Parts: sequence; C-alpha cells; structure tokens
Amino acid sequence: MAKQVSPGVLALRKVVDDVYADARKAKAEGKLVGWSSSKFPCELAEAFDLNVMYPENQAAGIAANRDGEIMCQAAEDLGFDNDICGYARISLAYAAGKRAARKIDWSKEDGYVINPATGKPLKDENGNVVLDENGKPKKDPKTQTPFIVLEDIHEIEALPEGREKERRRESIQPYRQMRMPQPDFVLCCNNICNCMTKWYENIARMCNIPLIMIDIPYNNTMDPNPENVRYIRAQFDNAIRQLEELTGKKFDEKKFEHACAQANRTAQNWLKVCDYLQYKPAPMSGFDLFNHMADVVTARGKKEAADAFELLAVDLEQNIKDGTSTLPFPEQYRVMFEGIPCWPKLPNLFKPLKANGVNVTAVVYAPAFGFVYNNMDEMVSAYCKAPNSVSIEKGVEWREGICRANKVEGVLVHYNRSCKPWSGYMAEMQRRFTADLGIPCVGFDGDQADPRNFNEAQYETRVQGLVEAMQIRKETME
Amino acid sequence: MSIYTLGIDVGSTASKCIMLQDGREIVSKSLIDVGAGTSGPARAIEAVLAGAGMTREDMTFTLATGYGRNSLEGIADAQMSELSCHAKGAAFLYPDVRTVIDIGGQDVKAMHIENGAMVNFQMNDKCAAGTGRFLDVMARVLEVRTDELGTLAAQSTKRVAISSTCTVFAESEVISQLAQGTDKRDIIKGIHYSVANRVSGLVNRIGVQDRVVMTGGVAQNKGIVSALEESLGHIIYTSPLTQYVGALGAALFAYQKALKMKQ
Repeated sequence: MAKQVSPGVLALRKVVDDVYADARKAKAEGKLVGWSSSKFPCELAEAFDLNVMYPENQAAGIAANRDGEIMCQAAEDLGFDNDICGYARISLAYAAGKRAARKIDWSKEDGYVINPATGKPLKDENGNVVLDENGKPKKDPKTQTPFIVLEDIHEIEALPEGREKERRRESIQPYRQMRMPQPDFVLCCNNICNCMTKWYENIARMCNIPLIMIDIPYNNTMDPNPENVRYIRAQFDNAIRQLEELTGKKFDEKKFEHACAQANRTAQNWLKVCDYLQYKPAPMSGFDLFNHMADVVTARGKKEAADAFELLAVDLEQNIKDGTSTLPFPEQYRVMFEGIPCWPKLPNLFKPLKANGVNVTAVVYAPAFGFVYNNMDEMVSAYCKAPNSVSIEKGVEWREGICRANKVEGVLVHYNRSCKPWSGYMAEMQRRFTADLGIPCVGFDGDQADPRNFNEAQYETRVQGLVEAMQIRKETME
Repeated sequence: MSIYTLGIDVGSTASKCIMLQDGREIVSKSLIDVGAGTSGPARAIEAVLAGAGMTREDMTFTLATGYGRNSLEGIADAQMSELSCHAKGAAFLYPDVRTVIDIGGQDVKAMHIENGAMVNFQMNDKCAAGTGRFLDVMARVLEVRTDELGTLAAQSTKRVAISSTCTVFAESEVISQLAQGTDKRDIIKGIHYSVANRVSGLVNRIGVQDRVVMTGGVAQNKGIVSALEESLGHIIYTSPLTQYVGALGAALFAYQKALKMKQ
C-alpha cells in the first residue's frame, strides 16, 4: 500500500512546486527572476513582487537526486577547487549553464541509453525474483534509468532549431531543481556562511547581472551589537534603493508589511512544528524538518507557506493526541542530528538509524529559521542570527536548549566537508555537549552534496557505537 | 555445565577469535593476518575451534565485531561495534581502565570508560594518517617489516620530523629523507611521533584519564606506545593479548547474551 501523506505535507510540497513553476512562468514572460541566498531578507523581494529562487535549496535537491557529483565535477572542471562548498560548486556549475542530462540514444528516434547497473530486481506474479540465463536476477525495466551525462544550455541554445536541439533540451533531468530559470539578478546575505560572498560574486560576474549584497558581521556577543544593527539597517535601505532601480518600481510599504506578517506567521508555525518533537514518542522524524526546510527557505514570506505549516501543525497535533507518529519504526532512542544531512546519501544515513530505533528529535534549524520580529530593528537583529554567524556561546545555548527540551540521549555530528565553518567549531561544541548534558556525542565524516566524501561502513560503525553507548547510559540510569 | 562463547573480530587487516569458558577463561584463540572480504574469518574460526577440539554447535553464543562483522550471517548470533568490544575486553584485562586507545588497520578509536563500559568515544576522520595502514605504507617504503619498526626506533639517536596530516605526503617526506641519506631508524622514530601526534589529538578530545590502555595490533610496537606516552603525558598499559582485545570483548558480550538467553 502506498504511504499515506498528510494534508500538511502535501500542502508544503505544493508550495515549493508553485514557487518553481511561478519562476519558470515569469521567466518565459520576460519578467525578472532572481537567485537569493537562503537567509537574505525575502521580505524585501516580496515587496517588489519579484520571483526569487534559492540555489542552496536547489543544490540540496540536485544532490538528493544523485546529480551532485556530476555537477560538482563540472564546477571543478571550470576551475573551482573541490574544497569549496558542494552547494556552491553545484550552483556555480548550474549558473555556468551546466546541466545533468539523460544520455540520448541517437540510434533511435526517441529515448535514452539505459544504464544496466540501475533498477530493482524483476519479480513474477508470486513475488519471486526472476533470474536470467546466467542465474543472475533480471532487472525490472520499469525501474531502470538512463546514464547521466553533462549538458550545456549555451551549447544547446547555439544550435539551429530542429530535432537535435529539441531532444537535447528535453534530455535535461526533468525534476524542478534542474529546470530552474537562470538569474537576472542575485541577492546575497552572508549571514548563513561567508562562502556566500564569493559564490554570489562569481555568479554575478559569470552571468553579468547585478548583485545586491547585505554583509552581516560575525557576532562575537550573545546578541547583535547595536552598531552592527545600524550598519545592517543602512544596507537594507541601500538594498531597497537598488531593487527600486532594478525593477523601476517604488518600494511598496504595504506589500512589505504584508510579507513581514506572513514571514512571522511562517516562523511561528514552523517553530510550533519543530516544538512537537518534544513529545515522546515524537509525532514525526526530525529528518522531515530537513525536507520542510525547502518551504522555510523558498517561501517564508508567502501566505501559502504559513498556511501549509499551520495545516501540518494540525496533522501533528492529531498524531500527538492519538499517540501515533509518521516515523516508520518504533522510537527507542532520541538524538540530535548536528549539521546539514548528506543529501546524496539520505537512505544510507537513515538505514542504521532505523535499524536501531533512533529518531532524530532535534536539529538546529528550528531557532535558525524560526525568527519572529516586531519592527525593522528587530528584523535586522533576526537576520544576524544564523548557525555560522553567531558566537560559539550562542550556538551552544541554542543546541543545548533544544537537546534538553526535546529529551535527546545522544548527538550525531556530521563533520561536513562542504561546510568548514560549521564543522570547524563542532569539536569544541561536541566537548561542551558531553560536559554539560552528559550524553555521548559522535562525529562522522560526510558532505552535504558531494557523495565522494561519505563512507557508509564508517558511518554505520559510529552509529552502532553511539547506540551502544546510549544503551549503557540508559541501563545505568535505570 | 560450562558455557562456551565465541568472539570473532573481523578487522580490515586481520581476523581474530577468542573462545571463552563461562565468561572467564580463555580456552582457545586464533589470528589470521587477513581480514574482511578474505578467507581470514573462516580460517580463524576453524583454527579457534580446532584449538579447543570443539565445534560451532558447542558454542552457546557467537558474537561478531569489527569492520566485517556483518559478513558473518549464519555464523554469528549477534554483532556489536568494535568500539564496545574493545572497551569490554580492555576492562576485563584492566578493571580500572578509564581510557582505551585502539589503533586499527584503517581507523583510530579513543574510548572513555566508566565502570567497565564505554560511555563516549572519538574516531578518526576519513584519513589514513595515524592508522595501522599508515605504518604499513611507511614500512614498505623503508623496506622493513611492520613488526620491526619498534625495535629499530629504539636504536634511533635523533628524531626526524614527519608530517602527520596525510599518508601520501608523509610517504614522500620519507622518500626524500631516504634520498638525503637519513638513518632509517631516525625516520622510523619520526614516523612514530607523527602517529602519536595524530592519535593524541583525538584522545585529548575525549579527555584522558588513568588508567590508559592501548589495544589492537599496533600496541605491540613499543615505539608508538612510548611516543604516545610522551605526547599524552600518561602511562599506557598494553597486554600480551592486545591483538585479541576486540575478540575478547565480543566473547564477553556473547557470554552476557548467553546468560540472558538461559534466563
């Protein structure tokens, strides 16, 4: 039986689909489409009715669709070092016109060259695996997929109109992230990571388009320094002026206020959803929050996102009331997952957790994206707070707060090769978690987008070790 | 009637077995110098059973550990991580142990022990520097056997600096030292300090507490042990059974499970 998907989750999926579809439509109509970093003040773009796409969210989707490696390699071929963030490499390759595409079978009128290594075993009507003449399991042709090759949209567009051009256009992977429109301008806010600045400068230069930049200084203090707030506020004003120039429109305060109200609603509902992980058993997997991040990032200032999260909250409240969960296994242990997941290896990440009954009930995204504000200065302060721009003390406070509230028994830390700032401070944070919370904390190596940096056997051993340590702690406490 | 349990440690470079009687006495042990994905595990099991004149059916419980622990389907009744097994084995040999260091073929582990059980651990990142494989690569370049490294380092008169960040770069450093005519024994000492620096960084992250015990095959190398002692500032204890500690822990866990089964 197909897995039942709740109305809230369906609504959230539609929100992101619509954002992509609207941007494609806008581009086709000759309207401006921008690319934005995940924590740029979306309220500003909303005030100008601009269609904005989010390369970080796009890169995560490309990686989860297993095209991270080919895109990362494409960026490396363009001269970007493989030490650079995997999201940035995917995005830069995409901005340069590179696309993952299905290998065309030119010997036929239509169709692609199937990769024989793909597909699930073919089963007969009794559910038995069908064997070939060599005694090996036959592949179900319906589940087999083509070889993936690299395409270049500039090369395609330079071709004369005709079947070849049409087929090559069609061959580009059909999922939404690989069909995102090229940018007409970029919006960059480096609160989420310092790497953003150079990443967006490169896109702006590569595509010869305007860059609107908001620089957020690193916060050495627990709360943003008033001088920094003034500095950033002035940049907000400048960004508004630049957007007025770009669009030829006057800043619409009414639309801005509406977007702020929606962003606040989205944040409140998002926090509500995150908070439900405090219940035992949790009404969902914390991994679901990673998926819902797509909505928080791409549609925070939209009414539809706020509504969809409200709907999800209702679904989860019902689960809590019924004592049920969408987690596909009984929850035996609760952990915090620290860092961005390894998107290309999500099933491998989940497998040993499922096998050991481990649910992720805490992730740091809740406070990072669940910010509510009442005026412009508070809004500016809210944009100062992102995992890589707050002090280590603030970061520890955030995480330990969630760990306590969500009753976690261990921490699984992703040392993400793509994210040097985040992984760099984790060793100290890990030490603090153990000292302050008295729970085992385990790290593993991986990458948010480049599958070459993850080793499944190493990960499994670490998860098993963590489970054994949590079990010992549980037994001792009992 | 006695309970016999078997612990099998299928590592990346060797397969080890320990048979225990009533969770106390080692009846038989075996070691084959090849690990996961080879004939090693089967040969080690055959040897340990032959050593005791017993069959697999005589074992009340068999537990597998190590990198290849999942490959023993149909042989092992359960499997556990090598982390818990090394901790368990070390605590059996040294009941007051608080820190266990295991340098394996391709990973390094530092475990914090409380009341004989592992409560936290750290492992190396995705890099071979500081592992047993690192030493194998260096021994090959120096044209000596890995088991000779300790003795040769003891004859060194000065230490040569060797990088601890990357096996490949360290290998080129060793080659260049050899080309300059540097004494092999001094280079080996440098290699030992390179491993010790790498490993001590990891151990310090979990907090070193006495008694510190080193397990695994690399603990037989006195040069590494003394370099690590110097680097950590703690005495390190090693057992003649060092290579078998993981298998011993597995056999001890197997005994606990056998008792639970009987209940």
